[in-house]
Amino acid sequence: FAGVAGGNDFQWCFSQVKGAIDEDVAEADIISTVEFNYSGELLATGDKGGRVVIFQHEQESKNRPHLRGEYNVYSTFQSHEPEFDYLKSLEIEEKINKIRWLPQQNAAHFLLSTNDKTIKLWKISERDKRAEGYNLKDEDGRVRDPFRITSLRVPVLMPMDLMVEASPRRIFANAHTYHINSISVNSDHETYLSADDLRINLWHLEITDRSFNIVDIKPANMEELTEVITAAECHPHQCNVFVYSSSKGTIRLCDMREAALCDRHSKFFEEPEDPSSRSFFSEIISSISDVKFSHSGRYMMTRDYLSVKVWDLNMENRPVETYQVHEYLRSKLCSLYENDCIFDKFECCWNGSDSAIMTGSYNNFFRMFDRNTRRDITLEASRESSKPRATLKPRKVSTGGKRKKDEISVDSLDFNKKILHTAWHPKDNVIAVAATNNLYIFQDKIN
Amino acid sequence: MSEENDETKASDEQQEMEETVISPEKSEEAKLKARYPNLGAKPGGSDFLRKRLQKGGQKYFDSGDYNMAKAKMKNKQLPSAPAEKTEITGGHIPTPQDLPHRKTSMVTSKLAG
Repeated sequence: FAGVAGGNDFQWCFSQVKGAIDEDVAEADIISTVEFNYSGELLATGDKGGRVVIFQHEQESKNRPHLRGEYNVYSTFQSHEPEFDYLKSLEIEEKINKIRWLPQQNAAHFLLSTNDKTIKLWKISERDKRAEGYNLKDEDGRVRDPFRITSLRVPVLMPMDLMVEASPRRIFANAHTYHINSISVNSDHETYLSADDLRINLWHLEITDRSFNIVDIKPANMEELTEVITAAECHPHQCNVFVYSSSKGTIRLCDMREAALCDRHSKFFEEPEDPSSRSFFSEIISSISDVKFSHSGRYMMTRDYLSVKVWDLNMENRPVETYQVHEYLRSKLCSLYENDCIFDKFECCWNGSDSAIMTGSYNNFFRMFDRNTRRDITLEASRESSKPRATLKPRKVSTGGKRKKDEISVDSLDFNKKILHTAWHPKDNVIAVAATNNLYIFQDKIN
Repeated sequence: MSEENDETKASDEQQEMEETVISPEKSEEAKLKARYPNLGAKPGGSDFLRKRLQKGGQKYFDSGDYNMAKAKMKNKQLPSAPAEKTEITGGHIPTPQDLPHRKTSMVTSKLAG
């Protein structure tokens, strides 16, 4: 399984870009989540307008020999609508915070999508046949005059153009007072967890009127609130284990066998901090915006504002690897605080073999780290480098006084071009990168 | 005696030098405190978190006030909608023109185009 660096071993190239080119981006079009399904055949995106678009990978055709085949639109639907909570005078955004696929069990595909308050289970199924020759209605669907019916016939199934239908099968509502930040399907394929700022609930996929509260960190007196839950995930193999991260940069691993309410953690992961280096920004930049288990289940990765850390589940006192995403921003924290960028929530992801990790940055840059070679690369998702099969050129931010040619200075970075959401195909070297309202798909160059 | 004084003097100078080499984070903090002297002493504490929990912020609405304001406004010119989503509280009675437009759904995503 390939690494990330340039040179003669490995290179990324452009494959496709989805979305409008126009400069004026409607807020509804901003992509808020990206997720491949278990096989990588399907790629789902959610946006601020509450819509889900699913792309399907189509095999390479002989006529147009692309490197690996393309992703084309498979289905699109409105998942969530804006709502208003009249009791609390609060608007409920329709923005899709997360999409998580269920493992495929039959011909249909299932996914969970969530906004701030409600989780929905969607079934996406194909229809390629329809019945013709009904007795009681004619081909247009109009009811036939019963007195005109003189004979009986058996309807016949005829092929039709493929139709992909999405229907909401379950709606899991009214279980979260605060804003849902994570959902995660359990390895038992029966349950899933949903986490908001202060609580985590465990659901059964078949049951919508009940859920178990498994973590509650709400203090009796809200004045005593010191941290919130920022992300949560189920262990990929152990159905009794899950983790949740906090705004203070800590991760708690909980075992559901120990107690019904997992307020007491089984493991507590925190990197010791040098008290002399503490500043006003320390806690804010240590807040973990994403936590992801490795596919192996042995490690987990956390993303805070400036770095990505890999933790060994067997070692709680410090991470085993730390990767700097954009350390040059440390001397810009004041302005990043003023323009709220310091609160941006970046996600991170593993490749299929856990040998590489990827996360986004500003200026439409994204970073990849090879855990074995320790090499890293910065690439850019831009229309300029969007020629078919064009190799992506590594980018560099100049930090010192002298700026080399092709480098970009920190002050020239566009902080409105944030790459918060990226996804890596579970098996191949194909990645999906969301750049505001555009979805880029890159793949490795087959030499 | 004088040797000891020289030594302590040297170490004092060195300490002073180390202290003047402030971390980039601390110098950013100093910059921020200079611009906002009233910034809370407790960073990242309850204020941040409570703001986060509230997210969009509450929009207050009282139907009685609203109807009375509507009656008053019959004679006045309707105010133009503010350019940005401002917090509507207190004396200002929200009107349909003020509230951010709740867009209708069913517009297909451009990703699917």
